[in-house]
This record gives sequence, structure tokens and C-alpha cells, in this order.
Amino acid sequence: MSVLIDKNTKIIIQGFTGKMGSFHAEEMIKYGSNVVGGVTPGKGGSKHLNLPVFNTVKEAVDSTGASASILFVPPAFAADSAMEAADAGIKTCVAIVDGIPSHDMIKIKRYMRRYSRVQKMTMIGPNCAGIISPGKAMLGIMPGHIYKEGNVGIIGRSGTLGYEAAQQMKNLGIGISTSVGIGGDPINGSSFKDILEKFEEDKETDAVLMIGEIGGPQEVAAGNFAKENMKKPVIAYIAGLTAPKGRVMGHAGAIVSAYGESAVEKVELLRECGVKISKNPSVMGETVKSVLEKK
Amino acid sequence: MDIHEYQAKKILAGFGVTIPRGGIVYSPENAENKARELGGSKWVVKAQIHSGARGKAGGIIVCNSELEVAQATDKLLGKKLVTNQTGPEGKIVNRVYIEEATDIKKELYLGLVFDRSSESIMVVASTEGGMSVEEISKQKPETIIRSKIEVAVGMQQFQAREIAFGLGIEPKLISRTAEAITGCYRAFSELDATMVEVNPLVISNQDQILALDCKMSFDNNALFRRNQISELRDKTQENASEVYASDRGLNYVSLDGNIGNIINGAGLAMASMDMIKLAGGAPANFLDVGGGATPEKIVKAFKLISMDKKVEVILVNIFAGINRCDWIAEGIVQALEKIDIKVPLVIRLAGTNVEKGNKILKESKINYIEANTLEDAANKAVKALGK
Repeated sequence: MSVLIDKNTKIIIQGFTGKMGSFHAEEMIKYGSNVVGGVTPGKGGSKHLNLPVFNTVKEAVDSTGASASILFVPPAFAADSAMEAADAGIKTCVAIVDGIPSHDMIKIKRYMRRYSRVQKMTMIGPNCAGIISPGKAMLGIMPGHIYKEGNVGIIGRSGTLGYEAAQQMKNLGIGISTSVGIGGDPINGSSFKDILEKFEEDKETDAVLMIGEIGGPQEVAAGNFAKENMKKPVIAYIAGLTAPKGRVMGHAGAIVSAYGESAVEKVELLRECGVKISKNPSVMGETVKSVLEKK
Repeated sequence: MDIHEYQAKKILAGFGVTIPRGGIVYSPENAENKARELGGSKWVVKAQIHSGARGKAGGIIVCNSELEVAQATDKLLGKKLVTNQTGPEGKIVNRVYIEEATDIKKELYLGLVFDRSSESIMVVASTEGGMSVEEISKQKPETIIRSKIEVAVGMQQFQAREIAFGLGIEPKLISRTAEAITGCYRAFSELDATMVEVNPLVISNQDQILALDCKMSFDNNALFRRNQISELRDKTQENASEVYASDRGLNYVSLDGNIGNIINGAGLAMASMDMIKLAGGAPANFLDVGGGATPEKIVKAFKLISMDKKVEVILVNIFAGINRCDWIAEGIVQALEKIDIKVPLVIRLAGTNVEKGNKILKESKINYIEANTLEDAANKAVKALGK
């Protein structure tokens, strides 16, 4: 098992025929993901990369049985595409795009309240690298070869820092069940806690590495969840020790505006929750290793 | 994106919030005429910079004659104001706002922000206007009223009334106060704002509810659909290097240290800066060339860093994914053919085709120090200082 996606998950690409959509669709197919088609309004009925193109997500889902989608649409249209996916019955939707207005993200989340917990789509991102279940499927834009198959879950805000962790772990012989990039925006589809819940239930995940950063309450909320509800160990690294207060550090969400949002405060609060802290970003792999050895 | 006080007030006025009469001026003569035009016998001359706490820095001057208004304007124009929010370099005053003075009966605080945990718009209000919200929450936390607004349906009248009653407003002024609060909410939600702060919101002796000072910030990601807001950007209020960077699609924040760095991805950039600090150094900047770094972006980044005189060492840390290391290495070599770097350069490449990338760098003419891990890169950068 893995969380969110495996080798059987049927995937469609929203914004299929564009440059980004085409390139990454091919990469995903090469990795072994089960891409079954895509959506580009107005190009329905044609073929692209030997796969069917549909006008709407509903048609794509009805015809292929897809349960996951990935968005390669410009930020101005991303909210619309995400809501279309939710309405069509997509279960997991990844938004790679950076630049969706916060007001639009809130709109998407409010829209999804119409669905029951069972029916509700899990949105991942925006502004993220996506999801990979190594050896099974990739629903994202990461370099698949740096991820080794195994039993540690990763949840992170940053793309490249997530790659750094995956490589450190691979070098130490540690594999990954699923790596989920939740993105660097202030309002995102899924939080650290949402994904921790999934990893706690997953039989093939033994421990979880959270890669957080300054800004927002999500890392600490996840720490509290781990303390109350999790049996599996959680390891965390928080980036942004040197970030000045009140400045946006690249990610729209990486800004310290309240108590508990700086790296030092987050680390302290997470430690109190029993989360094992990776004291710097070059020992994320070693810290995971030491926790696995103690188990 | 931040805007000036007078711009924010004009926006609020468009949403039915009452503001004192006033006008923007660019010269002392202008100012004197504006005071005459406004009439009355007392005016406030306000320096327009992107910062709060201007009063303490001498940026707000109360005047009793048209001549004083002209003199105050003369004093402020072209001056660099240093407040506790601007940093030691201060911000330049290029515009001055002349406003009729208000007889204040009571000062209130009103702020609207995104609440990231409830993912709604949060209204924060207090009876202690005039103090910063940080000061209020330290000294008078019991006066703070918080109200979460459901964005799908917007602010309801009862919510605005509840806040007004919570502030102890006398009954005959409740609906007027509620209107001001609702106006601020509508401005926030209809213009893609990320912050609206009216401090103080005042009750005048004539029982008007007035926005006496106002700050607004907007979501950069939404500017594509807010042309009228984008036009309000004043680049003279921003750090010159940061403007240069943002115009070229680079995420850059200028810092105090002396190790310049070029990194792909915001998280990896913050992590690399953390490593520099742990190795005993201090970063001169935050610079994210984007997760999918391209050689073009790297050239631009080198140009930007080479303009920063504080920089004594440059650290490049690129984790190449889809964009392979060999391609990145070629980009670095090309960049260094165009730009003359006089300080030591530490380069760490990782990810796809790392061996090929390092080989290209080694076989090129560039003078650099190779690093293999994050830690190695930070240690070598700190060690290279002063060499």
C-alpha cells in the first residue's frame, strides 16, 4: 500500500495538450503512472500522446474511470479546474501551479464543503511538486529516480528541499512509501495533519518525516495531532532559522506574522509534542535512520 | 503589495467608509494651496511612506497655519524616515498628504487579515486605537474582539453590529460604526486584499466615524485581475535590489550578512541559509531562482548578486530534478563568462546527472570550490570568507 496513489490509480491530466501538461504527462507515463487521458476544453474527441482528450472532467471520468487528476492550467483558471475535478468525482487532485490567489483557494475549500467526508476530493497543493509512491506511481513533477521504495512517509512544503530529503534517505538505504508535497501557499488543499492521518492508517508506512517552514499554524497543529492520535514516530525539520520577521521568503505562505510561526518557536512546540527534530537540513536522512533503528 | 495611506483611504471611501478631507501634494506651494482649499484652521501633514509608526519618526506634523503646512511639507519631502518598521536605511518621502484635522473623541483599532487556521477572514477590533496591534495584545489583551467571517456569504450585519457593541459604541452610533466595518470587509474581500488596518478608527466630536489612518496590502498572486491596484505600486518604497529581482522573476530578499547565495526552491533556499548560520556565517540574501532553475535565471541571479557590495563569498546550491545538472552547469559556465565574479565561489550541485554536471564545471575555466553536501557547501562558504 501507499497513500493517495498506487500503480492502479487512473490518472487524467487537466490542461493536457499544453506544453507543461504534455511534458509532465510523458514523464509520469515513463515512470509507470497509469495515465488514462486528459482534458482540454474544446479539444475533446482528439488524441494526444496516444490517449483520449476530453472537453470536461466529467466526460473523462465517465469514460475512463479516472480517480486522480493533476492540474497544469494557469493560476487564473486553476480554481475553476479544481472545482470541476471535485464535482466530477475525482478523489485526489494535485495542483502544481504557483500563483493561485488566496481568495480563490478559500473559494475552492468552501465549494468542497458540499461533499460528505467520503465523497470529498483530496486536493494537494497548490505550489507543490505533487505526490510520488516510489516504484508505483508519480502524480507530480519530481525526478522519480531519487526516490527509493520503502516505508517512510514524507510530507513537505518545498519541492527541492523534499528532493534533498529523498536523496539523503536513498544514500542511507531508506525508502519511501509516499512523498506528498503540500505546497508553499498560505492556504492549501491539504495540511500536514490531513496527510499524517492518512500515513497513520497506511500499513506500509512506519514513520513520517515532515518538512516544514516558517509561517502559519499547520506544522504545530500536525504536532498536536501526532501527540494525541499517532502511534508511528514523526520526525520534523523546519526551515527558515535566519528568516526575518514579516518578510515573505519565496513561498507566499513563508512569512512569520504571529507567535509560534518562526522556525525556533515551531521547533520548540513540536518537541513538546514528542516530534523528533532534525537539527539541520543536512541530517534529515540520518535523523530518520536513528528513529527507525530505535523502533 | 503595499500601498500608501492616502491610496488606501481613497479605496475605503469608495466602500462607504468616511475619511477626513485631504489631498496629496508634491511641493510646499502645492501644500499651501491644498490647505487653503481644504479650509479651516488646523491641518495634519503626513509623510507617505510604506510604514506604520510614522508619528514617532517625525513623519506626521500638526499645523495651525497655511505657512506652517508649507514649512512642514518642505521639511518632509525628500527626507528618509526611519521607523521601527523600515529598518535602519529608512524610506524616502516623495509624497505628502495634507488632511483637515479631526477633533477626536475616541480612538479605536480595526484590522482585517486572513486567518490561516480557520481559512476565513478575521476581523480584529479593540477600544485601544492608536497603539499597534502587537502592543494592544501585550498590554490590553482583554480589549481585543475577534470575529471570523465566512467568506462564502460575506460579513452579516449582525456580525458588524456585534463588533460595534463589543467596542462599547453608544447606541445611536452603532449603525454608522457597523457600516464602516462592513465597508472595510467589502474592500478586503472584493479587491483581493491580504490586510486592511484602520488604526485609529475614530469617533469625532461631531459623532462621525472616520478612518484616520489606514494600511492595506494585496495578494501579489491576484494582481493580474486588479489592474487598478497594481497601478498603485510605488517602487521607490521597495528595496532597489528586490525590485530588480522581482522584475526578472526572481524571489529575492536582501539581508545583512556577507555570504550571497543562489538556490533553486524557496524551502531549499531557507534550509541553505540555516546551514550557513549553523556553520558560523550570515547570509547576505535569500534568492530562489525557482524549483525548475533554468540557465537564464541563473545568469540573472549572478548579475543580481554581483551588484551587492556586502557579498564576500557566493554559494550556489542547485538541486536539479527535471532540469539536469549538466544543463545547469553549462548555464553557470556561460553566466561566469559574461559576469566577472571577484569573490570566492562555492558550488554544490545535486540530483539528476550530478557527475556530468561536476565534470563540466571542472573542465571549464571557472575558478570555484566544489562542495558535495549541504553541510559541506555551507562550511566551505564560511571558510572562504576573507580569502
